[in-house]
Amino acid sequence: MITMEKLKYERPVIRKMNTGLMNKFGTRTEFEPVKDIDGVPVKSLIRQFGSPLFVLSEKRIRRNYQSAVRAFNTRYPKVQFAWSYKTNYINAVCKVFHQEGSWAEVVSGFEYRKALGNGVPGEHIIFNGPDKKPGDLLLAVENNSLIHIDHFDELFLLLSLCKPLNRKPRVAIRVNMDTGVYPLWDRFGFNYENGQAWTAITRIMESGKLNLVGLHCHIGTFMLSTSAYAVAARKLCDLASRCKEQLQVAVQYLDLGGGFPSTNTLKGSYLPGIDTVPSVDDFAEVITTTILDYGFRPDELPLLILESGRVLIDDAGYLLGTVIANKRLSDGRRATILDFGVNTLFTSFWYEHKISPAQDFTHHTEDMVLYGPLCMNIDVVRENINLPLLEPGDHVVTHKVGAYNMTQWMQFISMRPAVVMIDQGGQPHVIRKAETLDYLQVPESMPDHLK
Amino acid sequence: MKLKPNIATSENGFIFNPATGDSFMANVMASEIVNHLKKEKSIPEIRLLLLEKYDVEQQQLDRDLDDLLQQLKEANLLD
Amino acid sequence: MNSPKKITIAVTGLNATDSPGPGVAVIRALREGFDHIRIIGLSYEALEPGLYLHDLVDKTYQIPYPSAGANTLLERITYIHQQEELGVLIPNFDAELYNFIRISSELLKLGIATFLPTHRQLEDRDKLNLDEFGRKHDLKVPESLVIHKEAGLKKAAEQLDYPIVVKGRYYDAYIAQNEHEASKAFQRLNAKWGLPVIIQKFIKGTEINIAALGDGKGGTISIVPMRKLTITDKGKAWAGITLEDESLLQLARHFSEVTHWRGGFELEVMKDPGGDLYIMEVNPRFPAWIYLTAAAGQNQPAALAKMAMGEEVAPFDTYAVGKMFIRYAWDHVTDVSEFQQISAFGEL
Repeated sequence: MITMEKLKYERPVIRKMNTGLMNKFGTRTEFEPVKDIDGVPVKSLIRQFGSPLFVLSEKRIRRNYQSAVRAFNTRYPKVQFAWSYKTNYINAVCKVFHQEGSWAEVVSGFEYRKALGNGVPGEHIIFNGPDKKPGDLLLAVENNSLIHIDHFDELFLLLSLCKPLNRKPRVAIRVNMDTGVYPLWDRFGFNYENGQAWTAITRIMESGKLNLVGLHCHIGTFMLSTSAYAVAARKLCDLASRCKEQLQVAVQYLDLGGGFPSTNTLKGSYLPGIDTVPSVDDFAEVITTTILDYGFRPDELPLLILESGRVLIDDAGYLLGTVIANKRLSDGRRATILDFGVNTLFTSFWYEHKISPAQDFTHHTEDMVLYGPLCMNIDVVRENINLPLLEPGDHVVTHKVGAYNMTQWMQFISMRPAVVMIDQGGQPHVIRKAETLDYLQVPESMPDHLK
Repeated sequence: MKLKPNIATSENGFIFNPATGDSFMANVMASEIVNHLKKEKSIPEIRLLLLEKYDVEQQQLDRDLDDLLQQLKEANLLD
Repeated sequence: MNSPKKITIAVTGLNATDSPGPGVAVIRALREGFDHIRIIGLSYEALEPGLYLHDLVDKTYQIPYPSAGANTLLERITYIHQQEELGVLIPNFDAELYNFIRISSELLKLGIATFLPTHRQLEDRDKLNLDEFGRKHDLKVPESLVIHKEAGLKKAAEQLDYPIVVKGRYYDAYIAQNEHEASKAFQRLNAKWGLPVIIQKFIKGTEINIAALGDGKGGTISIVPMRKLTITDKGKAWAGITLEDESLLQLARHFSEVTHWRGGFELEVMKDPGGDLYIMEVNPRFPAWIYLTAAAGQNQPAALAKMAMGEEVAPFDTYAVGKMFIRYAWDHVTDVSEFQQISAFGEL
């Protein structure tokens, strides 16, 4: 007797034909299965390290960094990058950047200490932000770091702190300005247009206690216009030349901050990020030509510092996950529940993250909502996405999650998952373990009467 | 569970409901099930036929059949 | 005698509805301009009327929405090209231009010619930049201000004086007679299209439209001005007539000269009682009434296709004045199978 081999099964679905487009052609780029990251199968990563799982590609990080540096130093003689710690401050990540030659840019006392711990020389740490505690400032002064003053209260605090010391801290001021981009980030630093920035500079010079070495601005985040950087660079150059003419100080560096976007697609934008976002080369072109054309004497050309974060790491990060369940909503739409939610993938609040299935599928697709596992109505990873049919246990790969998620994530209902870095030889390494109940309870204590 | 009379199906997997003017596209599995329903086969009968023919666990098939019937109901194709 | 080679031209914008895309009119003009021609329709939706008009369109393929990205579009066009050997492609929607311009050099490598403006030109004439554009090129545009918060409304109104036109980032505009109406319009537009909102000086006068074709080197191949005789409730022309007015031709020539515009464009012009011409909007493509240019003796779509293929086209010098168009509605009848075919397989 011959036993017939059974046919391959697929979940039965019907789809109403409407005036809309068959999504078969609409978002085909999302329909390539992504079965491996840098050659390591998604399946084996999840088997070995659990699900959900953040995966970082060391190769991609280094490549991003090198090409960003190349974009600037082929156009300008003196360029320095400083890794923005808040974007991703897992030590292994920071170390990759420092190995590549990046300084550290920190915005809090604990980030500052992390940078020291990662072996960054004090003079290569840029200390930004509105909340620098007296102890943090003293530490930064001792280590001869670059202190970027954010407000007058900080300036006066710093002056009073260094009175008993026999040191002249190296400082810069953060300048905010109108670059034609909204919202104006005028809550940080000293305003350019109303003369506040100049007042701060003259205060610093009159004090005789501080060494003004730089000027800093950071005009916004996820900037989609390069021209704003031309305005910013010109205004910093104006300030620098005024310092030279009126105060006889040659400013050593201009720090243009960060804000370059990754190719993620912002919610509400019509065209995908990958087509519309300017490249690092575009930004480098406007910034460096503005400074070069400004007319500095060649020997007084300032060092150009960039504090890029997102653009260097976003596309090097992936979040792997697993389908928990499928269900149908009251209006007939399909909902798929994943094992990661907005507490893990914080950036799903502002991006339409690209999500790919990690296994083969047929050409039939469904419109669906992707939910996270939290018992919270706001836990929505994608409000509307068209994907091939997913079954419980199937894996998905979320793209471009390297920036801000591994710092802004939180334990809520579920713990923070492990982070793995795949080295340049294709070897995965755990760089942060999945959190456990014990870890979560370490800082807790129990009053005697409740024991 | 009965399909509405006059529901037209084609080999390409189209389903047309002449009473409402709506058209649907079915994948192979759904198309086959709808054709069985058209021939007034019962759900248990259909279930057996499919289990014999396709590589699928009984539990998953039951769940998916329920879901398809829900979809057909939403689509106004069931009596 | 050599029989001329048959050319295949792909055209988008087949939505000949009550707010029509130009595709069907472009095809009609192309069919008059070429004896041996095959027309491939490119559609976004299954109910774009043009794709059911088989006398005009030989075959239609669905293409991905612009939001799917340039790569996906290029993949789809490459597939269509493998079936159809496209010679020229004429996009007709504002929203799709960005992507088509982006892939135009790849298309050319495949052998598909386009005749499009640059991203820079597209950006410069954008509503948000029109004020600066006018100043830079010495073109009169209604004075306008871009505001990012409602508080800016009052200042803008003081500067421009009521009535003002409150315009959305992408679409829609309201005329406001006073602060109350302006604030209502601002809120409505903000809710629908987001910020910023554009506040424009209201210009009273006669509205005139100019369809033109720039050669990309500063020259203008064709200019046909038209005044709408009647409009639909959506403000679209229902009937219109070609005009003779040297100042309108000069305006379009000046526009091409300063922008080096490449391809079709439409100037929406307001002629004020003093005879001054204000450019209200620049559409970066042919208008829906483009067939009138062919009927008046200047077949702009055919000229564009020839230029895309590298032919020298001499500028037209005359057109018939007083040519009228009257648009009409017609119920085309087809079978549900055609709808199913395009819906399911993306081809018809």
